[in-house]
Amino acid sequence: MSLRLDDLRILRDGAPMVSLDLTVAAGEVLTIMGPSGCGKSTLLAAIVGALPPAFTLSGRIWLDGRDVTHLPTHRRQMGLLFQDDILFPHLSVAGNLGFGLSRDTPDRAARIEDALGKAGLGGMGTRDPATLSGGQRARVALMRTLLSAPRALLLDEPFSKLDAALRDQMRAFTFEQAKGLPTILVTHDQDDAKAAQGPILTVTGAPAA
Amino acid sequence: MIRAAPGLVVALMALPVAAGLAGVVLPAFGYFPALGGTAFALAPWRALLDWPGIGASVRLSLVTGLAATILSLAITLLIVAAWQGTRSFRVVTSLLAPLLSLPHAAAAFGLAFLIAPSGWFARAISPWATGWQRPPDLLIVNDPSGLALIAGLVMKEVPFLLLMTLAALGQADSARRMAVARSLGYGRVTGWVKTVLPAVYTQIRLPVFAVLAYSMSVVDVALILGPTRPPTLAVQVLDWMTAPDLSLRFMASAGALLQLLLVLAALGAWLLAERLIAARGRIWAAGGGRGQALDAPLRIASALPMALIGLGVGAGLAGLALWSVAGLWRFPDLLPQSFGWRVWADQSAQLWRLAGTSAGLAAASALIALGLTIGYLQAGASRLLGIIYLPLLVPQIAFLPGLSAFALWLGLDGSWGAVLAVHLVFVLPYVALSLSDPWRAWDARAGLTAASLGAGPWRVLLTVRLPMLLRALFIAFAVGFATSIAQYLPTLLIGAGRVGTVTTEAVALAASGNRRLIGVWAVVQMALPMLVFALALAAPALVARRRSGLKVT
Amino acid sequence: MRFLTCLAASALAFAMPATAQTPDPADWPAVLEQARGQTVYWHAWGGDPRINAFIAQVGAELSERHGVTLEHVRLADTADAVTRVVSERAAGRDTGGAVDAIWINGANFASMKDQGLLFGPFAESLPNWPLVDTDANPAILIDFTLPVEGYGSPWAMFQMVFEYDSATVPEPPRSLNALRAWIAENPGRFTYPQPPDFLGTSFLKQALYGVLDDPSVLLQPSETVDYDAVTAPLWAFLDEITPNLWRSGRAYPANEPALGQLLADGEVDIGFSFNPGRASAAIADGELPDTVRTMVFDEGTLANSSYLSIPYNATNQAGALVLANLILDPEIQALAQDPAVLGFQTVLGMDRLAPEDRARFDALELGIATLAPDQMGTGLLEPHPSWMTRVAADWTARYGTAQ
Repeated sequence: MSLRLDDLRILRDGAPMVSLDLTVAAGEVLTIMGPSGCGKSTLLAAIVGALPPAFTLSGRIWLDGRDVTHLPTHRRQMGLLFQDDILFPHLSVAGNLGFGLSRDTPDRAARIEDALGKAGLGGMGTRDPATLSGGQRARVALMRTLLSAPRALLLDEPFSKLDAALRDQMRAFTFEQAKGLPTILVTHDQDDAKAAQGPILTVTGAPAA
Repeated sequence: MIRAAPGLVVALMALPVAAGLAGVVLPAFGYFPALGGTAFALAPWRALLDWPGIGASVRLSLVTGLAATILSLAITLLIVAAWQGTRSFRVVTSLLAPLLSLPHAAAAFGLAFLIAPSGWFARAISPWATGWQRPPDLLIVNDPSGLALIAGLVMKEVPFLLLMTLAALGQADSARRMAVARSLGYGRVTGWVKTVLPAVYTQIRLPVFAVLAYSMSVVDVALILGPTRPPTLAVQVLDWMTAPDLSLRFMASAGALLQLLLVLAALGAWLLAERLIAARGRIWAAGGGRGQALDAPLRIASALPMALIGLGVGAGLAGLALWSVAGLWRFPDLLPQSFGWRVWADQSAQLWRLAGTSAGLAAASALIALGLTIGYLQAGASRLLGIIYLPLLVPQIAFLPGLSAFALWLGLDGSWGAVLAVHLVFVLPYVALSLSDPWRAWDARAGLTAASLGAGPWRVLLTVRLPMLLRALFIAFAVGFATSIAQYLPTLLIGAGRVGTVTTEAVALAASGNRRLIGVWAVVQMALPMLVFALALAAPALVARRRSGLKVT
Repeated sequence: MRFLTCLAASALAFAMPATAQTPDPADWPAVLEQARGQTVYWHAWGGDPRINAFIAQVGAELSERHGVTLEHVRLADTADAVTRVVSERAAGRDTGGAVDAIWINGANFASMKDQGLLFGPFAESLPNWPLVDTDANPAILIDFTLPVEGYGSPWAMFQMVFEYDSATVPEPPRSLNALRAWIAENPGRFTYPQPPDFLGTSFLKQALYGVLDDPSVLLQPSETVDYDAVTAPLWAFLDEITPNLWRSGRAYPANEPALGQLLADGEVDIGFSFNPGRASAAIADGELPDTVRTMVFDEGTLANSSYLSIPYNATNQAGALVLANLILDPEIQALAQDPAVLGFQTVLGMDRLAPEDRARFDALELGIATLAPDQMGTGLLEPHPSWMTRVAADWTARYGTAQ
């Protein structure tokens, strides 16, 4: 499994913003760093297929040898996590997990219970997400993404809203669970980048300081 | 299907207005072959200008419309400026929905019962304070200068503008602007007017224009509260339009066109005044005056009209309800000597039938409007096109008679479907207005997250976006429902007497002056939308009882 | 426009039901047969709950006896129904019209009859026509000086009566001149509905009778006489009383029920109505105090009849004929004359009824405020309809638009 950005360029109103040409191997975590507004989140939007109309994209995106450049988001099989957990407020915890799980998965209930267990939330499937702690919610969001069987993982500052102690835990949990997936982490936090243990670049492909 | 929605919406808004205007413009210049007008002529205009009441009618329409709009806007802005962020403000805003759902006609009846010389107010202070054993001979309702009409309009337009302003506040970054202004030592009202108002006003401009156009050309409220010698231009045009002497149609059409021109002129004057005030305002804002001493008096000054509006609506409706069950109730008794359900019982068969028609029309038009609006917004038209305001800006009296002539030609008049279609023209804008802000405020990352989990656009819409916007959807439905219930002129003209609703019945009875009967119908007319509003507020709470994170408004 | 006309024509071609054959009232069994299952839209003024309840009762009978459904289209103004038929003809809809029956008289009847918008003649072929007493009430064959000629079926007679509260006005004015003096002594306590309302304009005509030495000119079209000279005393009378009217003549009630409400509220002391039984019925319903009484002028008061007419393009003409006949049924006529129901005066002749039907009328109580037939005085003939139109228009120019 691998994610390839083939001469990927993003222009805003004609001005170049992002240019990357690289491959993220399975199990590798590529960290993109830079100040706010440099185009980190735009890059993720482009990879996931939700680039706002003000931007133009050239180059190709390959996932496991498949050209996904023109596929709609829901066909790309790319997991995406934001700094907010974005749990659906109208669904229970188990409902959120079930949303990620493909409809024709055999034994859905067991898979969901298993994911709850991994997140340390065994038996809490019927809970209202709003009643969970920040760390619990973040873990549910991650498990939901993983249940959708993504072929790559995109992380948009996923730890920045957690407090310091929780942040370390969550980093370890995330990289442990995401093992084996090509992953791109966008952050402005040096500690995140270190914990990822992969290459650290800017949006133009230069090594970040 | 979704791709067709914007085109459908635009067609639905623009075609009836255009067709209706054509049906008025041609006869206004003498062309109406079916009535023997085959050549263009200015005779209808000469007849209109020769009518002895024309000057007074035009003046009345202008003065009452402008006065009602200026007062409504001033009261609304003052309330928000003086009270935003306080607990009283939250209480007031929670009362907006029922106030808004109240049909204009019912509110007008309530007011008329309250302020008439034989009304509740006079009874409350008689005879002990006034010595009146019999109603005083004072001209209050239907007064020649239209004060009662202005009051009736302000009572209904303030809640509407208040709601529009609330929606705009979120986008105007009002809390932080106010924080900055207050920290610089500005008084609450002065700070708000100098920092928040400019941003808010651009957002509520179209609703203000709609209020101006509506107030200048309203028919039902003017029939109930307005002057009669002569009436406002819109009422007089309706008189001519429905006169047995068909030759009056030419003059009526000219009058309808004059009404449209009046509204356009008033809008033009408003735009000009906006510029002057903005230019002068910028100088004033930069002038550095803090206006701290103004806060206390302005708070009182804004609380007073708000309290009066609340009292007027509340007591007015209570009065309506009481009259509907009153036996003999002579002046100056504060309460009836006896009570009875006689009028209700007499009316019950008719009530059920017309309430059924009204509710059916309202539910169907609100549902269709909701579907179209969702399609329209989903298709990516993130900003509402100005065209959605077209039916609200063009006076009803200017295009509905022409439209009804079209319906007659097409053999569609008097059918339930035709009335539904014309209701939709007015329901859709309000549903779209109501839904577009929550729709835009929805966190798009939820949709992106769902899509990244493998959900296609339809599944995202049906299982994520709509459920998350449940409350807003219910409220938009209720707004649409209330709008449909309140439609008088469209139902009357397109329904051709065959499709009656509680509103056409209530306004038809207005002329009868029979308070018990009016009470019964006005109570039903207000109960229907209020019931739906109550359900709209309760239903999502029930559905989402165990989901406290779902508080999208 | 041409394109629109084509469009309209093709749309009409689809919208039209197959042309029903015109019913012939002389072949009554065929009319009944054709009417069964029809829904008749009766356009009738809907501002009075008692009348609405009566029409609902007629509808129940119509459905039970003849299988015809009655829909009461409640009009704010009878002119609305006339407009409707006129617009339909303008749009070329000569069959399948929306209006099946109209409660009508006066200018509206004249206008429709003149323009050939009425079906008929039919009234004198109705099975119940022989019961109508045209000998004692020849006026029912002439509506506002216009011969009815069977284009409308008379079903109730009316005469203007003045209503007053005997507790506050022990000695009411019993002539126009007495009223003039009373108004001067009691400013703000009298008014009339704003013309062109039917009752309001009727008051102007009543006043014309009172101020004219020779009221017979009123029976001619107003164009054929010196209108200005004839009406001059009327305007003088109005100029005199207007400052002392309710609200000093700056506002007027809209119509008969609005005037009735003013009387009920005590805002005015004297009201008037075309229905001699209205006051008694309102007392029975608790809307007027039981001290209210009625009276007529010594010089007489206006009298007229109500008709049921059928538009030429009505969809359900057979059903409308059955309705017209049912309203002349002794049982329905007795119902209408019952002061607890309507208090309308019947058009039937008692001597033409079967004994059991006559008993229905004999059993009716007059009601506390209703005058006995011999106290009703002279019924004045309605002037030619042109007077109504012209006087109403002039009133509007003189009093209706001056701010």
